Amino acid sequence: MKDVPEQCVVKDVNDYIIYCVNSSPIRPNISPFTVNRIFGVKEEIRVKTQMAAANDKALYLNQQAGQSGNPFKNLAYEIRKHWILFLMILPATLYLIVFMYLPMPGVYIAFVNYNVRKGIFASPFVGLQNFAFLVKNGQLWLITRNTILYNLVFLLLGNVLQIVVAVMLAEIGSKLFRKLSQSMILLPYFISFVIVGAFAYNFFNYNSGFVNTILKGLGQDPFSFYTSPGVWKYIIVAFNLWHGLGYGVIVYLAAITGIDTQIYEAAMIDGATRGQRIRLITMPLLKPTFIMLIMFGLGGVLRGSFDLFYNLIGNNSVLYPQTDIIDTFVFRSLTGSGQFNFSQSAAVGLYQSVFGLILVLTVNAIVRKLDPENALF
Amino acid sequence: MKKKSQVTRRHYNHSDIAMETAFYVVLTLLTLICLFPFILMITSSFMNENEIARDGFKLIPREWSVAAYKTLFTNPRKLISSYRVTILITAIGTVLGLLIMSMAGYVLNRKDFKYRNGFSFFIYFTTLFSGGLVPTYILYVRYLGLKDSLWAMIFPGLASAWSIFLMRNFLKSIPDSLYESATIDGAGDFRIYWQIFMPLSVPALATVGLFTAIAFWNEWYNAMLYISKDSLVPLQYYLQKMINQTNIQQLLAQGVAIDTTKLPTQSIKMAVAVMATGPVILFYPFVQRYFVSGLTIGAVKG
Repeated sequence: MKDVPEQCVVKDVNDYIIYCVNSSPIRPNISPFTVNRIFGVKEEIRVKTQMAAANDKALYLNQQAGQSGNPFKNLAYEIRKHWILFLMILPATLYLIVFMYLPMPGVYIAFVNYNVRKGIFASPFVGLQNFAFLVKNGQLWLITRNTILYNLVFLLLGNVLQIVVAVMLAEIGSKLFRKLSQSMILLPYFISFVIVGAFAYNFFNYNSGFVNTILKGLGQDPFSFYTSPGVWKYIIVAFNLWHGLGYGVIVYLAAITGIDTQIYEAAMIDGATRGQRIRLITMPLLKPTFIMLIMFGLGGVLRGSFDLFYNLIGNNSVLYPQTDIIDTFVFRSLTGSGQFNFSQSAAVGLYQSVFGLILVLTVNAIVRKLDPENALF
Repeated sequence: MKKKSQVTRRHYNHSDIAMETAFYVVLTLLTLICLFPFILMITSSFMNENEIARDGFKLIPREWSVAAYKTLFTNPRKLISSYRVTILITAIGTVLGLLIMSMAGYVLNRKDFKYRNGFSFFIYFTTLFSGGLVPTYILYVRYLGLKDSLWAMIFPGLASAWSIFLMRNFLKSIPDSLYESATIDGAGDFRIYWQIFMPLSVPALATVGLFTAIAFWNEWYNAMLYISKDSLVPLQYYLQKMINQTNIQQLLAQGVAIDTTKLPTQSIKMAVAVMATGPVILFYPFVQRYFVSGLTIGAVKG
């Protein structure tokens, strides 16, 4: 770190290039130490040969030459110089424009009384009438509450369970057992929710479900799951925990692996027991990861997992009061029995998108205050 | 990790050993719980229809039967057609998606590409805000004419911001000097990407490719929205229709004595579920390390 020669190119993690070529530096008097302080560089300082450095300098000067005051001239210059690169990023750009950006102006449909024949932009404008209707009949409140509560429970219970399992996996001695157990726990993550729905059917259907098989075996009456809204919140949470456990465990296990083993060794020499090591070393060091994951999870708290709810509940309206979330509601009013229309459905979708965006931005601002390195943008 | 466990072995005491044993027991139980639905599904598919009607699904059937699979394979037209659709969208989607995403990732990693921050934000913004289901649906059906088209199931999953950034982050670890020396040797931008960077990023391609492939394999949502033609129904949606159908019938028949011969057979549903899950489980041991590496890269940032 100390002895970076004069002929050097210093790159930092954010790809800023600082040149100090041949003692006539473009940015003079920046010592590696200063670079480190300014940009938070860790081990990104690379010493280059004089020739490569000269190359970079030429490139940099070239770029400078391309910079005139006119942005369009600059763009034209860049396209001429890098036309292949532009061509290579074109498919992704076109894709995103057509399939992600084009629907965005379509949110206007939430403010009109949609008429299929006239199309979105020619339909009569009704202002906030679609939103007002949903607020008035109380639906918006119910599905918002359900979405947020379910997501909070998923987030908190999920993370706690994942930490517990990750700590246990990290503590056991057998590498083979750890690997096997980890892969088995991860397996559900790759199964489609349709299969999860099949599992639920396998467990809970009235006539032949596994749970009722056991109840009948014990001489009890079979229980009718698909007509009892009360039990489904537990079933949904259980399947969600089951599905996401392996993913979270890997994230936390990676964080544990990143802990310096010397800390554990020192603790052991001081006679710390396994319990003490977990409680006093692992747990505190996992706290930042935990807080980050919770924070980002809070940013997505308005986005329901449609796959899970739809495949477990389907079109069973008996269960809706306890299990209807924003996403299933929007879907149903789009395809369903016609008691809602496109515009009201879109109004709910827009409400979710806008408040979701506000949530993400808020969370990101908080994270940037707490720990700038972990902020998303 | 290895070092740590060695140290653990040297300095043990009784409470430590008791604790480790408890961990083994708990983890074994948890692993079994994670696997239990799969096992139950498989054994249920091998059950005799009469036994299901009498007792319900069991973990260990009294007698094993392959009747469900026999029925499935004697009239396999729907199953084969849905397999064909799923394999087709998985293959086309994964190859196209990988090409688009790796090219984008490569360009975003090129430090001399001046607009990469702009493009990054352009890509990233799609994760923050979306038009939502209704405008998207109208775009697909009304303006792009994708109703009952194979592409309606391919386009939505073709590229994701997350995967593009994963590609870019991986490419960051390849030294720039490779690019420099190739340029000096006179290679063009596309050739550098195709002949130098792609062979070096096989792990990243495998990770992104597997995630993409799994997503296409599990596709049912877009099929539900856009597909009504029987010949275009993918595997998962076929299964879902089969299960949902009976849920409603179950509901109607609640509490009434049921003539099981009239219901769609139970074990067949589980057999189709096995057929839909099978390939994932079969490939899983070979590819799971890529999943793990991908999840870890993805977990670090966005």
